[in-house]
Amino acid sequence: MSASEDQPLYAPQEPIFPRRVSGKFRTLKWWILAITLGIYYITPFLRWDRGPNLPDQAVLIDMAGRRFYFFWIEIWPHEFYFVAGLLIMAGLGLFLFTSALGRVWCGYTCPQTVWTDLFILVERWIEGDRNARVRLWKADWDARKIRLRVTKWIVWLLISIATGGAWVFYFADAPTLAVNLVTFDAPFIAYSTIGVLTATTFIFGGFMREQVCIYMCPWPRIQAAMMDDDTLTVAYRDWRGEPRGKNNLRRAKAAAAAAENAETITAQAGPGAARYKATPYPNKPLNEPAPAPTLNPDGIGDCIDCMACVNVCPMGIDIRDGQQMECITCALCIDACDEVMEKIGKDRGLIDYLALSDEGREREGKSPRPIWQHVFRVRTMVYTAIWSLVGIGLVWALFVRSDISLTVEPVRNPQFVTLSDGSVRNTYTLRIRNLTGEDREFRVLLNSEDILRIGVEESSGMPNHVIVPANETLSVRTYVTARPQDPAASRDRTDLSLWVEDVETDARAGEDTVFNGKGT
Amino acid sequence: MSDNDNPHHDEVTGVDTTGHDWDGIKELNNPLPRWWLWCFYITIVWGILYTIAYPAWPLVQGATAGALGYSTRGEVAEDIAAVEAQNAEVSERLASADLSTLAVTDPAHQYGVAGGAAVFRANCSQCHGSGAAGVQAAGYPNLLDDAWLWGGSLEAIEYTVRHGIRNEQDFDARWSEMPAYDEVFTEEEIASTAEYVLSLSGGDHDAAAAAVGMEIFAGECSSCHGDAGMGDPDLGAPNLTDAIWLYGGTRDKIIETITYSRFGVMPAWGLRLSEAEIKAVTLYVHQLGGGE
Repeated sequence: MSASEDQPLYAPQEPIFPRRVSGKFRTLKWWILAITLGIYYITPFLRWDRGPNLPDQAVLIDMAGRRFYFFWIEIWPHEFYFVAGLLIMAGLGLFLFTSALGRVWCGYTCPQTVWTDLFILVERWIEGDRNARVRLWKADWDARKIRLRVTKWIVWLLISIATGGAWVFYFADAPTLAVNLVTFDAPFIAYSTIGVLTATTFIFGGFMREQVCIYMCPWPRIQAAMMDDDTLTVAYRDWRGEPRGKNNLRRAKAAAAAAENAETITAQAGPGAARYKATPYPNKPLNEPAPAPTLNPDGIGDCIDCMACVNVCPMGIDIRDGQQMECITCALCIDACDEVMEKIGKDRGLIDYLALSDEGREREGKSPRPIWQHVFRVRTMVYTAIWSLVGIGLVWALFVRSDISLTVEPVRNPQFVTLSDGSVRNTYTLRIRNLTGEDREFRVLLNSEDILRIGVEESSGMPNHVIVPANETLSVRTYVTARPQDPAASRDRTDLSLWVEDVETDARAGEDTVFNGKGT
Repeated sequence: MSDNDNPHHDEVTGVDTTGHDWDGIKELNNPLPRWWLWCFYITIVWGILYTIAYPAWPLVQGATAGALGYSTRGEVAEDIAAVEAQNAEVSERLASADLSTLAVTDPAHQYGVAGGAAVFRANCSQCHGSGAAGVQAAGYPNLLDDAWLWGGSLEAIEYTVRHGIRNEQDFDARWSEMPAYDEVFTEEEIASTAEYVLSLSGGDHDAAAAAVGMEIFAGECSSCHGDAGMGDPDLGAPNLTDAIWLYGGTRDKIIETITYSRFGVMPAWGLRLSEAEIKAVTLYVHQLGGGE
């Protein structure tokens, strides 16, 4: 029989009541929260004039029309590599930031963190700060508790609906959809999407919180592999803080007083008396295990064990236990500890962003290396270089991309048709894309070393001229014919290229293809 | 952590073990949260409800129908019905349209070409090929070229589709019959006629034999194929001067044709397809590249 039978099979979810904290990182996080949520909620309502034929929404993913609009940029399906490039940049950017600054994504910009922060803010407004919330949690379900809980849930729900609602605005004309949603004229998919996102926001932000990070998200595991000793991360300077104790402050004052007293004695009694300088704790037992080397040989660490860092932690952990998978490096414990250190007259930074490679130096009493030496190292510079290369490539591709494009699809069923006069005819489907906002007229041209004739079906006005409407793809069937006496008619394959040329600007686009003859 | 009372405690990780020991290897007990267990139970309940609501359990014949009465086949039928309802107006317009005056830009025309392609794939491609190129030299006409046995105008194509060729089902089917000359002429005469036919399209031929064949042609063949061998679409008589041979243009094939005749048949699609489908497939075939 094993002892496992009396162990719990499932981990309980420990309730976490993060205390309010203020400081530079909290302020930074409020700003990031306001900016990211602002971008998310406001973007769909920004307008961008693209002329009469195109949507005037600045950012729009038009699934039905197969277009992605981003301000002045318009992405067609055949340009999806831009999206792939952006995703590669996002991935590399995450590598860069994680190797340089640890889990800053988790701590500052992850939607789970941002919305949880917002939900905790609401919670604090309605139910009070940490102590009030703990009391409320323990209290029986009376009228007051129900009132507070229901109020909180309603506000959360409103935020959740707004979150899901903003999402669908990216896929349709936002002002129109907003009206349709209210009048119940919107498509079912809009309501179901809002429903799903409302539910996930409400549950993840309100109730799951740290459980999402610990049990559902793969990112904490992946990021551990991306950090190294030079990565700046939130850590506790145990060599400065230990040994911790609630009485450390009082003891430190006593020690200071004793030292001052000793100096007074020295001053009064002359230099010889220095031999009798008082030590505060002369009776320390000798058989106690040697503590890790700290900078506090007098046995008084800076940590007064006030639990401020634990109480503000949204993940419910103690940063003084060292690096933990649960830590999202939100830096709120830094703010909390700095506040306390300031109050008791100690240096800030007992909990701080630091690189683990500096630990040895700091234990020896030296100052850590400057931050830039940690951030600018080969690894981060390689990431930055690749990231920039992809970015420059995308920008370059964006600027040189043509506003017309041509795809030639040879019809290969059948490969050729013999006409009554013995000519051999091949058929090609030309897809001409006009990426501009105006109708354009193109002439279709054929280029080959052999004698071939071109005929475009549905020519407009002039022979072999076609008009492609603004922002559309025109499929036009084109025939290429070789007369019986032409070599191409009897040859197996003949190379040719087909071109479209803008009648006004002479802008061209072309593609190589093949003419199939009888092959006798 | 040394103050932990549990004897099954791992000092390095600070986590309890399950107490199981395999040759010194112990398993850490990192329990999952309980909500995860509940999610597991929910998926089980969901799975059971799903098999009740939807077709799932295999039976001897078929499977349980599911409480919702859903089937993928039914969904397809619904989708098709919805699309047909959506297209009812334009389909009606196409069915009652006069194809020769229907503008290319008319929605009914575009609907016809697109729908005709589907009709063609389902009903016509078995003989004429999925690319409408027919079967070379096997008597299934290529619909892409500019040669038409019975005429390539919209009107002529529509008639051919509706009534078919040489079938017994439709009295209005296009009908003509080339005689088999194996009991009328000697092999030599047939060969001479073949030489003349070859000469009509500029092929290699024996001039002396062709001169003999010309007289036979003028007497027997020209009534349908015309004095110059240009054929006659009204009679379904092929043009013998062009480069297109329904049954092959080699000497042997021509002799075979003259000797035994040919009798290509096409069903009357008016008996099977709707009015809109006939007009749609007509428009489709006409725009393939050879329409007149």
